[in-house]
Amino acid sequence: MIISELKPLEELQQALSSCDKLFLVGCAACATACKAGGEEEVFKLQEWLATQDKEVTGSVVIDEACHIMRAARDLRHHRNAVQDADALVVLACGSGIQSISSNVEKRVVGGLNSMFLGNVRRFGYYEEMCSLCGECILNETAGICPVTTCPKGLLNGPCGGMTDGCCEVDAEIECAWRLIYERLQAQRRQGVFARRVPPKNWSRRRQPGRYRLTNGGR
Amino acid sequence: MSQLAQQLASGRFVVTAEIAPPKGTNLVSALAGARKLQGVTAVNVTDNQGANMRLSSLALAAQLQQSGTETILQLTCRDRNRMALQSDLLGAAAFGIENLLLLSGDHSKFGDHPDARPVFDLDSVQMLDMANGLMAGFDMAGKRLDGVPRFFPGAAVNPAAEPFELMFQKVTKKVASGARFFQTQSVFERGSLERFMAAMAPLRAPVIAGVLLIRSAKMARFLNANIPGVKVPQPLIERLECAGDPMAEGLAIARETVGWARELCQGVHLMTLGHEDHIPEILA
Ligand code: SF4
Ligand code: SF4
Repeated sequence: MIISELKPLEELQQALSSCDKLFLVGCAACATACKAGGEEEVFKLQEWLATQDKEVTGSVVIDEACHIMRAARDLRHHRNAVQDADALVVLACGSGIQSISSNVEKRVVGGLNSMFLGNVRRFGYYEEMCSLCGECILNETAGICPVTTCPKGLLNGPCGGMTDGCCEVDAEIECAWRLIYERLQAQRRQGVFARRVPPKNWSRRRQPGRYRLTNGGR
Repeated sequence: MSQLAQQLASGRFVVTAEIAPPKGTNLVSALAGARKLQGVTAVNVTDNQGANMRLSSLALAAQLQQSGTETILQLTCRDRNRMALQSDLLGAAAFGIENLLLLSGDHSKFGDHPDARPVFDLDSVQMLDMANGLMAGFDMAGKRLDGVPRFFPGAAVNPAAEPFELMFQKVTKKVASGARFFQTQSVFERGSLERFMAAMAPLRAPVIAGVLLIRSAKMARFLNANIPGVKVPQPLIERLECAGDPMAEGLAIARETVGWARELCQGVHLMTLGHEDHIPEILA
């Protein structure tokens, strides 16, 4: 899921300084799961806004804020409250915020900073394991992504900073290449070590990404 | 052919040292420092070392090279994508720079611009392949070059790294990708150097052992805490701690390491960090 967190309140204060009436939007998917933009957080935001002398005209938690058409439908159901507001405050990832801003003419204020595509290690603890590079190498690396979990994204083995098998960038984490090496060894496979991996094709990751299912996929 | 390439080919023990470009445009002390290094085979010019922004290594190396000091241009993958790396290498060739040390580079987190976006478009193996491609007359896109560079590409290694086999598979890749020599991370233990050199034997690539002048126990602790890949062992720290004259002890340690290198390796790379005047003592 997309991991996001509430922006610093001072930043929100600034962003909302010229708006008195606000409509609040949350997201029932990722932002709810990482406790940044669900029912509970929308309610807390409303309480905080009251302390800032703001009026809340209404609120909605959209099923998946990143779904542009669903967001439009949900906003239509709250047409009057949205009309009444000076701005919409959105507690969703950057993608969700833009679903909203592409559906309304009004000012949209994002309440969250979006960080990464995260796995849940345990409740409240998220780790980035994939950075969506468009050309997945996991089948050769024993299911451990060097593009993401090595801070340098190296493709041909560890850097000179690996110390006792730990990462130069954070001694608390194990070097991604050590983990790949050990798991491949345990599986008695050479995997990625059998070849020199050529430079990555970053054109696979050109922004903005566009993808279209044709005939229901391949 | 560079002097470095010639001397390594002829089996002569080589000595390299290093110079860091200034923070700013004042080249006076860097050029003066290089003049003090007469007698070394070639001088490494570091590239935003430790991820601290400084004058470009290519600019200083070009100056040195033109004033008659042979250089080893260091180039990291941290700050440039594949296009910039290729242009810089062609530029280096235009200035007569042949020796290269091609590195991944310390992560931006360690330096004075921790907010910078680290690039790492290539890794060091891929950069070696690229340099060899340029030497064969083609860029990474397969386009033919008008004027072909001549390089003597080298790579870095930490001979004491664990797990050893994991580190060594990358050394093997680097040789396959055209690394013609290795310069090592600072060496502190004879045992790990012996093990490394034994593994290197079949690869036939010359190894220049890194020797760091450690001036005090405090400096050793600082290095351990702050420099990726440097691990001064506890017994050495204690030696420096107990010594009446830590600088003299540091010089003695460096001299011992040079002794191991003379037995086991093809050269030494001296990192004296501003104390270049002590180089003759270390080599004595
Ligand atoms: S290689 Fe890594 S970043 Fe790329 S798609 Fe696979 S898991 Fe994601
Ligand atoms: S120590 Fe390992 S994980 Fe960390 S940057 Fe180097 S290669 Fe990547």
